[in-house]
Amino acid sequence: MTALTLTNVNKSFGNVHVLKDINLEVEDGEFVVFVGPSGCGKSTLLRVIAGLEDVSSGEVSIGGEIVNTTPPSRRGIAMVFQSYALYPHLNVRNNMTLALKQEKQSKQVIEQRVAEATRMLNLEDYLDRYPSELSGGQRQRVAIGRAIVRHPKLFLFDEPLSNLDAALRMNTRLEIANLHQQLKTSMIYVTHDQSEAMTLADKIVVLRAGRVEQVGSPMELYNNPVNQFVAGFLGSPAMNFMPASLISEGDTRTLGVRPEDLFQSDQGQLKASVQHVEQLGGDTNVIAKVKDHQITARLFGQHDIKPGAELSFGIAEGKSFYFDKDGARLRG
Amino acid sequence: MNKARTNPLNTAAMHGALILYTLIALFPVFVILINSFKSRKAIFREPLALPDADSFSMIGYQTVMKQGDFFLYFQNSMIVTVVSLTFILLFGAMAAFALSEYRFKGNMLMGLYLALGIMIPIRIGTVAILEMMVATGLVNSLMALILVYTAQGLPLAVFILSEFMRQVSDDLKNAGRIDGLSEYTIFFRLVLPLVRPAMATVAVFNMIPIWNDLWFPLILAPAEETKTLTLGSQVFIGQFVTDWNAVLSALSMAILPVLILYVIFSRQLIRGITSGAVK
Ligand SMILES: Nc1ncnc2c1ncn2[C@@H]1O[C@H](COP(=O)(O)OP(=O)(O)OP(=O)(O)O)[C@@H](O)[C@H]1O
Ligand SMILES: [Mg+2]
Repeated sequence: MTALTLTNVNKSFGNVHVLKDINLEVEDGEFVVFVGPSGCGKSTLLRVIAGLEDVSSGEVSIGGEIVNTTPPSRRGIAMVFQSYALYPHLNVRNNMTLALKQEKQSKQVIEQRVAEATRMLNLEDYLDRYPSELSGGQRQRVAIGRAIVRHPKLFLFDEPLSNLDAALRMNTRLEIANLHQQLKTSMIYVTHDQSEAMTLADKIVVLRAGRVEQVGSPMELYNNPVNQFVAGFLGSPAMNFMPASLISEGDTRTLGVRPEDLFQSDQGQLKASVQHVEQLGGDTNVIAKVKDHQITARLFGQHDIKPGAELSFGIAEGKSFYFDKDGARLRG
Repeated sequence: MNKARTNPLNTAAMHGALILYTLIALFPVFVILINSFKSRKAIFREPLALPDADSFSMIGYQTVMKQGDFFLYFQNSMIVTVVSLTFILLFGAMAAFALSEYRFKGNMLMGLYLALGIMIPIRIGTVAILEMMVATGLVNSLMALILVYTAQGLPLAVFILSEFMRQVSDDLKNAGRIDGLSEYTIFFRLVLPLVRPAMATVAVFNMIPIWNDLWFPLILAPAEETKTLTLGSQVFIGQFVTDWNAVLSALSMAILPVLILYVIFSRQLIRGITSGAVK
């Protein structure tokens, strides 16, 4: 069964057309990540799914039911916000139980759901505290707990980790992944961090300027991007783009090569002068200039390369991508 | 902490300035209070002296209690002020919420229209208001005053409160919507508590002019049973003789409730004024 179907969804604010003809299916139990640059409409799309914004045209259906006119609380969804959005005047327990009380659930059900969520998120010690007495990470866990107790058909996360520091972000990311495995509920997760998208997603939806650019599993998108935008957006360091004329005279296409597909070789076609070297221990990133074009090569292991050195790089067999001048992928 | 702030000389200067200001501000109140306990002769002989065994007299208070129904005036003032404030805060906050939260046609225009009232003094419309009150039979009723004061206070209330409500996190309101709270619950339970300092500011700014107003009570409700305290005190001020004991006693008693209300709101008020700085 499909958890969510979007059909030709459009959304305008006044005459600003924010979402353009979005079509999408989310299967039961799937973890779908929306990525895209800032302002591309990720949050707006999520809010349309939640029912916080009406669509301008098109159809939203959740669990096979068209919900265009259903209020947010009856769509069977739960949402976790970037700013946590905990109720400041309620303690942790009441923050989690408010929605259930609104649904007029019985005391036992409420008790049991809270117990289950607190166990999953290790919140036992904090139940009687107020949001202002919690750290950022704890607040985010409470916000997730507030979503879990509702047993929704669909979880919506809007950049839930972006206010946390790097170490906590890694931990919480794992926690969310674990949660998904335990709950087996469909989740939609918005981020502009491509590494979060790659690590969490069953399916990534890349958005640009209100349009879906490509949908697929992380490796599909990585290995087979449909255009230059998707190719450049996923992967870190990002894919190198340069005129193909650098390796074959008169070629007008754009050549794309991932940093890890460049290797050092005296016969290499790309003659580069090293600008900067990043020693990461496990890898070495070499930032160099080929004529006027900057490229990044990611070499495995540790290399003793000094800025100013002249090197040649080769491109791994079958790992070049070609794009036309509008950014569309050229195959063959 | 900042070094300049811990410097004892600076601290002393700062406190000195503040104490001086406090003294200047409190001086008139002090003079009114001490003179209200003095005999008429003593008031004119030595206006700044404290009442002593010789000059002490409760004659002013006795006159006030005897003449006119002072407690009724007091009650009228209280009712008018409290009910007007309640209406201003309630309707002002509701209008502000609608203007800041919902997108609808004419939203901007409506906001500007409401703000217009800040610039145009309501007294310009006194004649029209009086005609309206006569037509509706509301002359000489407290309702007339309450309606006028509510209208007078709303523009600024809407303006200030909608500015504050725009700052309340959208995510919080949306979380409430997803959890199934009605728009009313979101307004009363989530938004209002967060703009409480702004509400207190609005309340204080409106309270004092309403309590002290003489204009509208004199025009709209001069009857004996609807007189407010300020209007009631006027009987002691005559064209040729003024009963200063009574006037000063009435004023002393009129200060008290404003003081109490102010203390209630001031904590919130200070938080409202400094909230931007402290965060
Ligand atoms: N209420 C609104 N009125 C008018 N325009 C809006 C409104 N909400 C969003 N927009 C516009 O819609 C576009 C998409 O906004 P949205 O918040 O969905 O971006 P986003 O992809 O979530 O970006 P970010 O990564 O920065 O959160 C932006 O250009 C924004 O200016
Ligand atoms: Mg966003």
